[in-house]
Amino acid sequence: MTMGTFRLVKKDCINNRGTRWGESLIHCGLALCTLISIVTTFVIIAILAKESFGFFEEVSPVEFYFGTRWVPLLEPSSYGVLPLVWGTLSVTFGAALIAIPIGLASAIYLSEYASHRVRSIVKPLLELLAGIPTVVYGYFALTFITPLLKTVLPEIQVFNALSGAIVVGIMVLPMIATLSDNALRSVPDTLRQGAYALGATSYEVTTQVVVPAGLSGVMASFLLAISRAIGETMAVTLAVGATPNMSFTLLESIQTMTAYIVQISLGDTPAGGIAYQTLFAVAGFLFLITLLLNVLSQWFLNRYREVYD
Amino acid sequence: MNILNGSAYPNNGVHLNKRHRKAKLFSMLCSLVTWLGVALLGVLLYQVSSDGFKWLDLQFLTSFPSRFPYKAGIKSALVGTLWLISMVAFIAIPIGVATALYLEELSGQGRMNRLIELNISNLAGVPSIVYGIIGLAVFVRGLALERSLVAGALTMSLLILPVIIIASREAIKSVPMSIRHAAFALGATRLQTARDHVLPASYSGILTGVILALSRAIGETAPLIMIGALTYVAFLPEGPMDSFTALPIQIYNWVSRPQQEFHQLAAGGIIVLLAVLLMMNTIAIVIRYKTERKYK
Repeated sequence: MTMGTFRLVKKDCINNRGTRWGESLIHCGLALCTLISIVTTFVIIAILAKESFGFFEEVSPVEFYFGTRWVPLLEPSSYGVLPLVWGTLSVTFGAALIAIPIGLASAIYLSEYASHRVRSIVKPLLELLAGIPTVVYGYFALTFITPLLKTVLPEIQVFNALSGAIVVGIMVLPMIATLSDNALRSVPDTLRQGAYALGATSYEVTTQVVVPAGLSGVMASFLLAISRAIGETMAVTLAVGATPNMSFTLLESIQTMTAYIVQISLGDTPAGGIAYQTLFAVAGFLFLITLLLNVLSQWFLNRYREVYD
Repeated sequence: MNILNGSAYPNNGVHLNKRHRKAKLFSMLCSLVTWLGVALLGVLLYQVSSDGFKWLDLQFLTSFPSRFPYKAGIKSALVGTLWLISMVAFIAIPIGVATALYLEELSGQGRMNRLIELNISNLAGVPSIVYGIIGLAVFVRGLALERSLVAGALTMSLLILPVIIIASREAIKSVPMSIRHAAFALGATRLQTARDHVLPASYSGILTGVILALSRAIGETAPLIMIGALTYVAFLPEGPMDSFTALPIQIYNWVSRPQQEFHQLAAGGIIVLLAVLLMMNTIAIVIRYKTERKYK
């Protein structure tokens, strides 16, 4: 790929219809700008890999990926990342449980039932919800959701996984709704009319024709939302606290991978120490998970896209 | 498909009413759930404004942060955010638009192009905190920029670059081929076509995308925490190498304190932040509305 990149730039810098020097200069400049995004990817991978390898010289990968105790800062230290992964997964799972049904139902309403007028009001509102900074959601979890939960579940802690899951669910909901709405709307009307002509009701048309036909886009939106929930930082940092543990109840404080990274960077960690390196090991793992989900989501879009013409 | 072979409805006529009731119920459920989402937005805004409005006055906007809630303000945070966002705009917009222009207009449609496209959409999905860590390793430590505005602006630029590229490409793509063909037919080079015809025609779309990307940068907190934007700053940055704080950092700092008063101060800060974002979104919508050119 590097070789190819080089050729790409070279071709544009030198071999540009001979005469126009100014033009080939600009060509070259634009190609260099494009190069920045490629370099960014390589830098991300290189840095995460380098520092992670440094970490894995001190701590074996087996202990890191399969250990169940995460005590990086106190003696005796232990570097098992599973409690953080567990924290991330429980928040993500809870968020998906909330956002997927609500998001899909909203998408169905917007694309199949809502009038043009309602749609033109609701969709911008949902997009507004998507544009609210995540730190605001953290505030919302701490000052609204947790007190509300406390009235129902008095034993709940101030920092708890449940409010984190709920708030992340609310956060990714608009993403699922708007992306799935786009996917459902791209299903051609002829399919709907065909099904109606066969005597199907609107429920049957939606669940048996429209949603299956737009499934690739819908699935892609789910995966993107899950990936976003896994990488989400500020809302969970504020809502779930900083206690890495593998409890099954959602009522206790936990710690996610992202919240750990924030916790470490708030203290003044010296460069090069093992605590500094844990940042990169955890971030590298996080990067791998989200990358996998994003690639999977694109694969879904391309592999199962039905083309109607 | 079940409908086609009829197996889904063996007693078609008998259950017709039931099926219609089910459809009615389903549509009501979907609409209910959608309005629930909108209601959540309402609850969130209500919660923020009922907490924060009483703190919102000139003193709040023009004071530095303080240990005493009634004296605290967001002056340094607001100025820091303005600095940061101007620098991000200065760095990210030219590079992003240039990349989009290059990919859409000047490079071929080969495999390389598809790989770059895949790469950019993956970059857009990388969690913001990972960008923060890269910023910490490359800009703060590697290039020894310390905890300065430049380090923050460079990190933030990397973060929103994919967003700007994707939005600009969409805008450029929507310019019809006939415009390009006309320019080519008159003897314009690809660069002249891109500069004189495609870029002006996609201008409003690009601007909209850029404004939305910048508003994302204004609200991002995690990368700034990673590169060590300070939480307590009682001075104004005077140059790009100064340390700084930003609005979301100040809000995070206040929310993470246990006292009720600071939570309300945070709500005040959130109102200011949301007002800025809303303003930018409105500008984006107005631009889109005013300058939208229709091609047939």
